[in-house]
Amino acid sequence: MFVEILLALCLLGAAVVFVAPDRYAGKLAFGISLAPLLVSLYMYLAFDGSGNALLGGDIAYERFAEWLQFGPYAVNYHVGLDGISLPLVVLSTVLTTLAILSAWTPIDARESEFYGLVLFLEGSLVGVFAALDFVLWFVFWEAVLIPMYLLIGVWGGPRRKYAAIKFFVYTNIASLVMFIGYVALLFGLGGAVSATSMPAIAEALRAGQLGYLGTPAFGVGPDVLAMAAFLAMFVGFAVKVPIVPFHTWLPDAHVEAPTPVSVLLAGVLLKMGTYALLRFNFTILPEQAATLAAPIAAIAVISIIYGALLALAQQDLKRVVAYSSVSSMGYVILGLVAYTVYGVGGATFQMVAHGLISGLLFMTVGVFYNATHTRMIGDMSGLATRMPVTAAVFLTGAFAYMGLPLMAGFMGELFVFLGAFESTVLPAAPLFTAAAMFGIVIVAGYLLWAMQRSLFGPFRLETDYELGRAPLHDVAPLVVLVALIVALGVAPDLIFEMIRDATIDVIDFPFGGDAR
Amino acid sequence: MIGGVALAPAGAFVLAALALFVLDAFSPGRTNGGLLAGVSAVGAVSALAASGVLLLSGAADGGVELFGGQLVVDGMSLLFTFVFGSVTALVSIASLDYVRELPHRAEYYMLVMLAATGMSLMASANSLAVAFVALELASLPSYALVAYLKDNRGSVEGALKYFLIGALSSAIFVYGISLVYASTGSLLLPDVAEAVGGAAAGYPGVLGVGVLMIVGGLAFKTASVPFHFWAPDAYEGAPAPISAFLSSASKAAGFVLAFRILLVGFPIETVVGSIDWVLLFQVLAVLTMTVGNFAAATQERVKRMLAYSSIGHAGYVLIGLAALTGVGGASAGSTVLGASMLHLVVYGFMNTGAFLFVALAEHWEVGRTFEDYNGLARQAPLACVAMTVFMFSLAGLPVGGGFVSKYYLFAGAVGAGVPWLAAIGAINSALSLYYYSRVVKAMWIEEPVSDRSIDRYPTALYVAVLAAAVATVFLLPGLSVFDGAAFDAAAALL
Repeated sequence: MFVEILLALCLLGAAVVFVAPDRYAGKLAFGISLAPLLVSLYMYLAFDGSGNALLGGDIAYERFAEWLQFGPYAVNYHVGLDGISLPLVVLSTVLTTLAILSAWTPIDARESEFYGLVLFLEGSLVGVFAALDFVLWFVFWEAVLIPMYLLIGVWGGPRRKYAAIKFFVYTNIASLVMFIGYVALLFGLGGAVSATSMPAIAEALRAGQLGYLGTPAFGVGPDVLAMAAFLAMFVGFAVKVPIVPFHTWLPDAHVEAPTPVSVLLAGVLLKMGTYALLRFNFTILPEQAATLAAPIAAIAVISIIYGALLALAQQDLKRVVAYSSVSSMGYVILGLVAYTVYGVGGATFQMVAHGLISGLLFMTVGVFYNATHTRMIGDMSGLATRMPVTAAVFLTGAFAYMGLPLMAGFMGELFVFLGAFESTVLPAAPLFTAAAMFGIVIVAGYLLWAMQRSLFGPFRLETDYELGRAPLHDVAPLVVLVALIVALGVAPDLIFEMIRDATIDVIDFPFGGDAR
Repeated sequence: MIGGVALAPAGAFVLAALALFVLDAFSPGRTNGGLLAGVSAVGAVSALAASGVLLLSGAADGGVELFGGQLVVDGMSLLFTFVFGSVTALVSIASLDYVRELPHRAEYYMLVMLAATGMSLMASANSLAVAFVALELASLPSYALVAYLKDNRGSVEGALKYFLIGALSSAIFVYGISLVYASTGSLLLPDVAEAVGGAAAGYPGVLGVGVLMIVGGLAFKTASVPFHFWAPDAYEGAPAPISAFLSSASKAAGFVLAFRILLVGFPIETVVGSIDWVLLFQVLAVLTMTVGNFAAATQERVKRMLAYSSIGHAGYVLIGLAALTGVGGASAGSTVLGASMLHLVVYGFMNTGAFLFVALAEHWEVGRTFEDYNGLARQAPLACVAMTVFMFSLAGLPVGGGFVSKYYLFAGAVGAGVPWLAAIGAINSALSLYYYSRVVKAMWIEEPVSDRSIDRYPTALYVAVLAAAVATVFLLPGLSVFDGAAFDAAAALL
């Protein structure tokens, strides 16, 4: 019931805001977005699920209705939340509300369309995390692209058209590749499943019911099919995450997107990729993931180091933050492939933590940009003397990113490293972990260096703008995010308990069964 | 009794046409445009409602034969009459604004109604003679309608091409019928089916050429490659509501006739090995999809792009016939055939809507190219939301029913043992996103090139465009209303 309320609030809200006059659109959208936020917070408090939604756990807020019958497969409306998806739903609603607040200053044209699309995006994101039927999930997954394409393309910076079309083409081709992989699995299961239900497919695959695609004489055997499907889905999701070498759309999209859109892109959209990797690849095809553990971990470490080095080389503050996301997503992949309680759980925790922290950094860069009209590190220095509060927030966000204890980033990375270190699935796990830990040093390097140049030292600003106090609606989201980051750092069990409960079956079943 | 009821949908079209004829007789040329459009819309909506009720009540389950088996009203004919009714209703409403200032309005609506009558008879034709008469009844008004803007070069040129190629392919079609009659001794499709096995053994050449020529005539009506050359010119030159009518309803009529003639008259299990029309349709499907999509991608004018995209969609629908290889049994066959019927249902709304948006743009005189559409969303956001829905739904993104029906079609092709056909379709579909998203990009992202001002917001056109958009979106969750009917109709044919 509550999932439908969330979806209805977002989509109806989008329609209302879309036709509202531009003058009120921002305030109206903020007001409307509070409703799904409160509903999702209530859902968090009243959460009574346990276990993994795909692996026979008790699904909270589950809802099932018949939709289509297609040949031998029933396609149903099936939604529900478990300990993995609930934190991400709450993350989506929180970041959407804050992003709407942070849009009041920079968005000054076609406001009603902007806020309408943001609310439509929120609805689609909730749908992605809540859907438990593959076709339904794919509907929401693709629906996310449309508002994002328009949000970058209409309200973005000078190269917005290029960035928007690049984002659209990259992610859409990736979706096609992933779709083919999953549908091939579905056909390979033959009569073992009668619906496109994700739990049913996961169960059948784990029970080893994958058969031939085609005939035994002229077709693809189960081993090859599973491996091919794993690779197709991995590549499809890797673009979304993004993992090196599929990351090149990300900096373009981020730099051109307006601040609130960057917040949602980094905060939630990237999590769609890692969420899908966890839900699909690592949950339904564990053996293939284990076979490919070393190459995947190598890609993860390369993403961490290479992303951090790229961030180090940037002159544009927003590009620094954008590339840092590539690096951070590497930790998530490393945690997933470790197949340990802390590895997979930590990766999920890191998704939420990174969503909050990167949202915070993008918002702070946005506040600086609103005041200075530049993002070039070389154009500014000593901003801390004029904008002390914003500078302090940026400092906090940066330290959270670097993994300062008592902040969410520290807990996420600690869990991932602990999990990866003790992994038995990943060969030479300590080596990979050590290499990944080296990434932290570079992270500290580029963030401290960027801050030293822009925030500290004597005040200098090339663009000659008067720096006033940032308005309350710009600062309030920053404060909320800092509070959430600290809260999760001090008490990770606010969400880690349910995450652990939901991820433990992912590890438990294929590898030993003693994790619980 | 049931016979009369079963003809109610076609009767509604005829009555509307006759009513228009009478109404305009009082003061020819000066009849109120709203009244004319209203009568047509009422006629079309009655046809739509009658076929919908008959379809969902199951009154015609198993088929009702009329006039000694010349006509048959069954699930498939009702499903398609529903499509014709909905497209005709949208086109009638939209035409109110489009032809408001033009002469011969009553004739315009009358021709639309007569063409719709022909189409609904095509859906029911159970004999080759009736098929030919119905085809001509649908075609002749269409030629005149394309030439309706008779002072406009494009309109006249398109109509002339349409007429010449149409006349030629009618001749080919009727000659094909005569060859089939010569070798089987009957025009009634069930009788043809009985005799076709012997005929294929006795006169394989005569029968084979006959089938080939019949398929040629049908390929013309559905604008399939290589009989598509008339389509871009006719669709581009015609008044935009007529383009919508032809590319949605007339195409669907061609397909329903193709389904019935081939599946009832030349059953696969009888003709397999002698006259392998499945192979023929595989070639047609691949060519039509690919040519349509590649040609659409290179267009500079929106209406012409839509014309080629409509050819591409004919290619997707042809998969329904091309995938009947018998692999996977009868259920796989009826799934993929039902999927192509469903695609035509959805296509009826989204493609009609897209052409009606072009009609709106022509009404505003914004120009024809993609660049002319730049920044249109600032002046007409609501209509542009609708157009965005049409474009993305045509491309197969899940904002409308187009996603579900394409998914059905491609998955059905895989299930029927022709995964390569599904792969070609999926690649084409991915390519099509390029040119559909150009429209979206122009409307929403680009800056307007000139200072164009839009001060008129024609109510009827808006109503039609928005109704089509709502229907398209509704068909995403709501296609299940039709899917049982479509799969049953397909199963009944196989």
